[in-house]
Amino acid sequence: MRTFPSPEVLRRLPAGAADGAIILGTLVLLGLVAQVGAGTFERFQPPAVVPHIDLDPRNLPYYAARSTLRMFIALAFSTLFTLIYGYIAAKSRWAERILIPLLDILQSVPVLGFLSITVTGFIALFPGSLLGLEAASIFAIFTSQVWNMTFSFYQSLRTLPQELVEAVTLYRLSGWQRFVQLEVPAAMVGLIWNAMMSFGGGWFFVAASEAISVLNQEYTLPGLGSYVEAAVQAEDLPKLGWALLTMAVVILLVDQLFWRPLVAWSDKFRLEQSAGAAAPESWLYDLLTTARIPRLIGNWLAPSRELADRLLSHLTRLRWGDPPNPEAERRRERLLTQLSWAAIAGIGIWIVYFVTTTVGFGEVLLTFGLGILTLLRVSVLLVFATVIWTPIGVAIGFNPGLAKLLQPVVQFLAAFPANFLFPFATLFFIRTQISIEWGSILLMSLGAQWYILFNSIAGAQSIPTDLREMAVDVGLRGWQRWQKLIIPGIFSAWVTGGITASGGAWNASIVSEIVAWGSTTLKATGLGTYIAEATAVGDWPRITLGIGMMSLFVVGINRLFWRRLYQLAEEKYHL
Amino acid sequence: MSSAASPVLIEVEKVYKRFPLPEGKGEFTVLSQIDLQVRAGEVLALLGRSGSGKSTLLRIMAGLIPPSEGRVLSNGRPLRGPNPDVAMVFQSFALLPWLTVQENVELGLQAQGIPRQIRRQRALKAIDLVGLDGFENAYPKELSGGMKQRVGFARAFVLEPKVLFMDEPFSALDVLTAENLRGEIDELWNTQAFPSQSILIVTHNIEEAVFLADRVVILGSNPGRIRGEVKIDLPRPHERTDPRFKSLVDYIYEIMTNPEIPVTGEVAVPSRVGSRAPSPYALPLPHARVGGISGLLELIVEWPQGRVEIAELAERLQLAVDDLLPILDAAVLLGFAEVTGRVVQLTEIGQDFANTTILRSKDLFRQQLLARVPVFKSILQTLEEKNSRSMRADFFLDLWDEHFPHEEAERQFATAVDWGRYAELFEYDASEERLYLPDPSESSAASEPVGLDSRSG
Repeated sequence: MRTFPSPEVLRRLPAGAADGAIILGTLVLLGLVAQVGAGTFERFQPPAVVPHIDLDPRNLPYYAARSTLRMFIALAFSTLFTLIYGYIAAKSRWAERILIPLLDILQSVPVLGFLSITVTGFIALFPGSLLGLEAASIFAIFTSQVWNMTFSFYQSLRTLPQELVEAVTLYRLSGWQRFVQLEVPAAMVGLIWNAMMSFGGGWFFVAASEAISVLNQEYTLPGLGSYVEAAVQAEDLPKLGWALLTMAVVILLVDQLFWRPLVAWSDKFRLEQSAGAAAPESWLYDLLTTARIPRLIGNWLAPSRELADRLLSHLTRLRWGDPPNPEAERRRERLLTQLSWAAIAGIGIWIVYFVTTTVGFGEVLLTFGLGILTLLRVSVLLVFATVIWTPIGVAIGFNPGLAKLLQPVVQFLAAFPANFLFPFATLFFIRTQISIEWGSILLMSLGAQWYILFNSIAGAQSIPTDLREMAVDVGLRGWQRWQKLIIPGIFSAWVTGGITASGGAWNASIVSEIVAWGSTTLKATGLGTYIAEATAVGDWPRITLGIGMMSLFVVGINRLFWRRLYQLAEEKYHL
Repeated sequence: MSSAASPVLIEVEKVYKRFPLPEGKGEFTVLSQIDLQVRAGEVLALLGRSGSGKSTLLRIMAGLIPPSEGRVLSNGRPLRGPNPDVAMVFQSFALLPWLTVQENVELGLQAQGIPRQIRRQRALKAIDLVGLDGFENAYPKELSGGMKQRVGFARAFVLEPKVLFMDEPFSALDVLTAENLRGEIDELWNTQAFPSQSILIVTHNIEEAVFLADRVVILGSNPGRIRGEVKIDLPRPHERTDPRFKSLVDYIYEIMTNPEIPVTGEVAVPSRVGSRAPSPYALPLPHARVGGISGLLELIVEWPQGRVEIAELAERLQLAVDDLLPILDAAVLLGFAEVTGRVVQLTEIGQDFANTTILRSKDLFRQQLLARVPVFKSILQTLEEKNSRSMRADFFLDLWDEHFPHEEAERQFATAVDWGRYAELFEYDASEERLYLPDPSESSAASEPVGLDSRSG
């Protein structure tokens, strides 16, 4: 005898309504994508025919949809790239030795500096259509998202639990089955988390890549970013306000309709086998699991899925050859080492040749000096952001109620593209006569500081309650409490936040050291301005030199400073 | 049930396994000259302490890792790749958390390309067999440890392997759950309803081995090798109350605590083998904390005359061999206890150590360390030769590295630091990774060269 209705009954009850909602939602989505996607095939023949941006706020939903579509296309490519690159790097010891250092460097290269190169390339690829610009913008977003995701996937593949690997090996799963049953699921939680964070960062690049000037030529793609750009040129503050509001709504919508359901779904891929604390929730995910249609479609597709599985399994059957010959291994190892040295020497010779034939060594020194200036700005930013936000973050983190309330707000602020706020700040600098040499620090910090804040919150939350009670018990207070408990406790989280903030600030320097309001342009002395100016006039040697120098700075600081702190955090302050 | 006439299912022939030591310092032998047969109809247990390579041997037989030398025949054919005649039950269950119980059980069948309907039926039958019907659609994280391992068994049963491998299948469960599941598996085997022809179980639990197995193969350590085997000549099921059961357990305890005894099936008198020490760093320190050693001694001293049977001690402590034996080894190495046959007896110094104050026990510990464990004298000498009276940890680690794989070298170092610190022979600064001689002005006790007496050597 049952006293309570079973979950199945409860589930069946509102299923009709849920199914209706899903059908409706799917239709609306398809219609939107068709409508917006058609815009990418607009005629485009510079300089005569270029797309026009209409400042009427009623156009904003359309522009927002165009920008969002770009983001999702980039995300799809990032995912595909991640799965392939990460898989190869994790599976082949030879590929790994090349692919992983390469990834490390690519990650440090300022994406925005590349825009000029990719824009001209893609326009040549699709003559007479906007697709070229579209592709360049998507590529810029792609490069801002993909490295994080790839690293995460590669790391997950390298740290698969040994017994699970043995189980699937002994049960003779094919390469394909291994991939879909073990490798991708095990990587899923980290992959989705990283994709979500990178996606937030991607809005910055949407805004920056839709309206750029390359080779003395303004290129404009219809989208939110170019709307902002047009409003700035028209010195129209109310229109800017509308754009800001639209951006905020879009970020919230994407979060509710896409990321939240995905995070809720991916919770089942957690490797810890105990029932965790609070499982993430999403109303849309609940709707999808309640409705019958997705399950019906699933059942209907089952036979063809089965067939595909068998076909792919047949193609990826595991073959067992002879054990590897150690002598041959060593020979290949030597060859690879020699090849990489040859490559390094080749690149070195090319750099010397490039510098002497084009810009000269004086220019190298100049960019190095400019790099030091930008480095100073980034450092001042990090110090200030730490001094201001760490105590606030710790206070929030120690108060669970407050943390639950504020954490989504902080994540929203981090995802909000800071360059949408630049016009307001620029106007402020002009009115108050603040020098852009200092003001650019504030601009950079608009995007970067939030990483410090929310990592401080997370760090404070990770300090065990026992330790905090002990601190009260032995009477630690004031600076002593910080010295003995809080700073060691949040150190690893702070390092993570610092690395991200510093990378973001370097990238942002290209757009924040040089800003405009109407016809007024403010320029700070720094490597960012150097790259932006070289890009505007299409001076290839200087673009290359600028990007190279900036990459060198970022890689160098990561190696000399952040990596050491990271090691310290891992070894000494690991909670 | 088994006899020499039963067909051989898996045969291991002269198998060696070696791992390269770091920086090309030669090799570390994990398994040496293993010959072993698994016959149809028998339950075979591999019993050994940690470091005896028993799990490595199991994985070589399962085809998960290749041997360095020798070969494995399965069903008469040499193994290349995973052994198709084997299914394995893992220590930590190895379930995929994103698949339901049913999907987990179907995993191996899916890999064989068996159609969905048949797959489903066979999986349901296996789930039924382990008593999990009703949980087909549950996810592993909703299940208790015991139920998870039942899924592990169902996943292996459904393949109907010739030999079922179990890698310490009950050691991740709590005592009662383990007892219960072990009993059920044994019952299933005894009723002839078992889905495989033989069982090979790896364990460090002596009682478990005697309870389940028809034949217990004893592995020795450093390097892992077969010391011999003990036939469990009891009617199935093996009743724990049977006096013969108890004497078999006692006998195996005796063998395991006395590495020099040849395994014949009869008790032999232990013979002292003259120690040969090429380098003080080659002699492995048993991994026991000082706290564990003194705890054990304080417990033994409670028994009349400080004498107790090892099996009784283990039962009292609820400790598996893996946990008890290193502590016992350490006590013997330091001269606090002696093991004769199946009995452990405290020495005079051991009794003194167990009863005295902390300061005095530190003195005793230091005295015994310097007298009986040559590596400590060597470390002290090195430190004293330095003007700074300190030395990088790397230096010592390198010395251990020459005799052990790096991980083991690090454990040796950690144990040495634990002992040396307690004895106040030296100090270790973890952030600088240096060993220091203690400052003579701070502690008078440490500066006295206690124990550097004639007894060493």
